[in-house]
Amino acid sequence: MIEPVIYINNLDHYFGKGALRKQVLFDINLEINIGEIVIMTGPSGSGKTTLLTMCGGLRSAQSGSLKVLGTELCGASAKQLTISRRHHGYIFQAHNLHESLTALQNVKMGLELHPDISVAEMNQRSIEMLELVGLGDRVNYLPENLSGGQKQRVAIARALVSQPKILLADEPTAALDKQSGRDVVDLMHKLAKEQDCTILLVTHDNRILDVADRIIYMEDGRLAKAPDLQKVS
Amino acid sequence: MLKIIQNLTRRTPLGWLQLTQHKSRFAVAISGVAFADLLMLMQLGFQGALFDSAVILHSKLTADVFIISPQALNIGAMSTFPRRRLYQAMDITGVKSAEPMYVNLVTWKNPQTRDKKNLIIVGFNPDRPIFNLPEVNSQLDKIKQSDVLLFDRKAIGAYEKVVESVDDGKAVTTEIERRTVSVNGLFSIGSSFSADGHLMTSEDNYLRLFSRQSSGNINVGLLTLNPGYDPTQVVQQLKAYLPRQDIKVLTKEEYIAFEQGYWQQQTPIGPIFNLGAIMGFIVGVIIVYQVLSTDVNSHLREYATFKAMGYSNTYLLGIVFEEALILAVVGFIPGLIVSLGLYTVVGGATNLPIAMTVFRAAQVLAGTLIMCMLSGAVATSKVQAADPADMF
Ligand SMILES: Nc1ncnc2c1ncn2[C@@H]1O[C@H](COP(=O)(O)OP(=O)(O)OP(=O)(O)O)[C@@H](O)[C@H]1O
Ligand SMILES: [Mg+2]
Repeated sequence: MIEPVIYINNLDHYFGKGALRKQVLFDINLEINIGEIVIMTGPSGSGKTTLLTMCGGLRSAQSGSLKVLGTELCGASAKQLTISRRHHGYIFQAHNLHESLTALQNVKMGLELHPDISVAEMNQRSIEMLELVGLGDRVNYLPENLSGGQKQRVAIARALVSQPKILLADEPTAALDKQSGRDVVDLMHKLAKEQDCTILLVTHDNRILDVADRIIYMEDGRLAKAPDLQKVS
Repeated sequence: MLKIIQNLTRRTPLGWLQLTQHKSRFAVAISGVAFADLLMLMQLGFQGALFDSAVILHSKLTADVFIISPQALNIGAMSTFPRRRLYQAMDITGVKSAEPMYVNLVTWKNPQTRDKKNLIIVGFNPDRPIFNLPEVNSQLDKIKQSDVLLFDRKAIGAYEKVVESVDDGKAVTTEIERRTVSVNGLFSIGSSFSADGHLMTSEDNYLRLFSRQSSGNINVGLLTLNPGYDPTQVVQQLKAYLPRQDIKVLTKEEYIAFEQGYWQQQTPIGPIFNLGAIMGFIVGVIIVYQVLSTDVNSHLREYATFKAMGYSNTYLLGIVFEEALILAVVGFIPGLIVSLGLYTVVGGATNLPIAMTVFRAAQVLAGTLIMCMLSGAVATSKVQAADPADMF
């Protein structure tokens, strides 16, 4: 039997300490299998980002079980979390490219973490990745000279260049207009399918729900059965 | 080691790219470091010049061993000891000759402006030259005449006409201690921190000027050794042989160290310049800290992103230290060039022997590296604040 890529069991999460302690995630149970594209949606403040950051090892899990690629992240040390992050690709709402680096250098930062790749190979793979996202002619541009959609595509290239097993994205289309948003999602979809990558994507944008294999719905810190999807957003 | 170099070559030079992206900001940062370096180099330069100029006369003496009074402070205040000790010193094997030197600070009237100025005056036996200054040694006949002096053409002050006139063979007269004296010749030594320049004359002329000093009480005893004798050993023998209470025996190195030690310890001049250099250091720390912390602050999002990608804190700290290192090295170069220029200007204006030494340049470069690393270390505390969990 193939182990799920993400396995969550009885996960709770609290913010704050003492009297201010507030529970934001309640008894989450979720399994995501290899190659699946899962979209998580739900009202603002329901805990979607919190769950996503925990899956990505950006926030440590406190109680319950959270296994990502077979590694238990509940109670993991800061060092273990840092290492686990190297196996994921992230796409943020903002592109978060480094302003001093060209598109190519930004993408290369996604590879430098992996010590066994030579400089020549890093350059080649980064350029190929930029070509895949349609920016083959913008390789040496600084972010300030790229449009919003182009920047988000560089961010996708950076997230996927190391061929991660998991891609996590939090509202990747929120800062984009309708057409670029659609293009970006299609691109993620296509590349992930090619690389057999599992995607967990948070969005409020119901125009892109069609790429999902499965849609999960978060409400008040609990995973619920998805209601009528047209009401969401 | 090989692995570190390998890692460096495949690493994107983030610090360099971050610093150089904003050209004007980078230029300001570099000038800040250069300015701090300039302050340090000038202060240490002045200090070095002080200690070099303090022994400018000493370095011209040919003697191997020196006898001075235990009360001696510096070249302008040597106190006296009995001349007898010189004759006794001759008993030690290896001592070839023992000559007295009279030396004191003297106030003379600048012949050109009639202003009172301080000079160091040296009196010695014109039949026994004590300096390795060919210009002096060729004019010893002049100072055998009474009240005739030789004057330092490199003395600071308005002396152009005096120099011109003496060079033309016309003696210039002036007053010392209410006595009329005549300058008949010139030589070159230069100013020191204790005086604007030097005068030389015979011991007889000297004693006529300082009528309270008798010929039996001398300021410095100059011993020359026969070839093959080690000054350190002769000094040991002299110390054992001569009565300890009224003299001190020194090798040339020790005598130079004695004079420099005076200016270093007994006057605030050394600490003042050290303080100046420390100020430069602190200015540098503040400037570099400003630059680095602004830079870290404006890149917190990117740093958090890198952390989210799996880069460690150490890697991000490395960026800050890379920037610190770049600022130190790139800022040092203009700092060094400008101070070399200023050394020439100041040296020309004051006749102070102010010169750049490899040691000082290395010292300041090391100081700059420490300065930048220190600021970098403080600035990195902000890197920890970049929390990838806040990125989504
Ligand atoms: N660092 C934090 N400290 C304390 N409380 C927090 C923190 N981050 C989030 N919260 C709270 O946790 C709850 C869940 O927040 P979360 O950001 O996960 O919601 P979300 O579903 O992503 O919302 P949105 O759709 O607006 O992005 C909210 O009530 C929020 O106020
Ligand atoms: Mg959110």
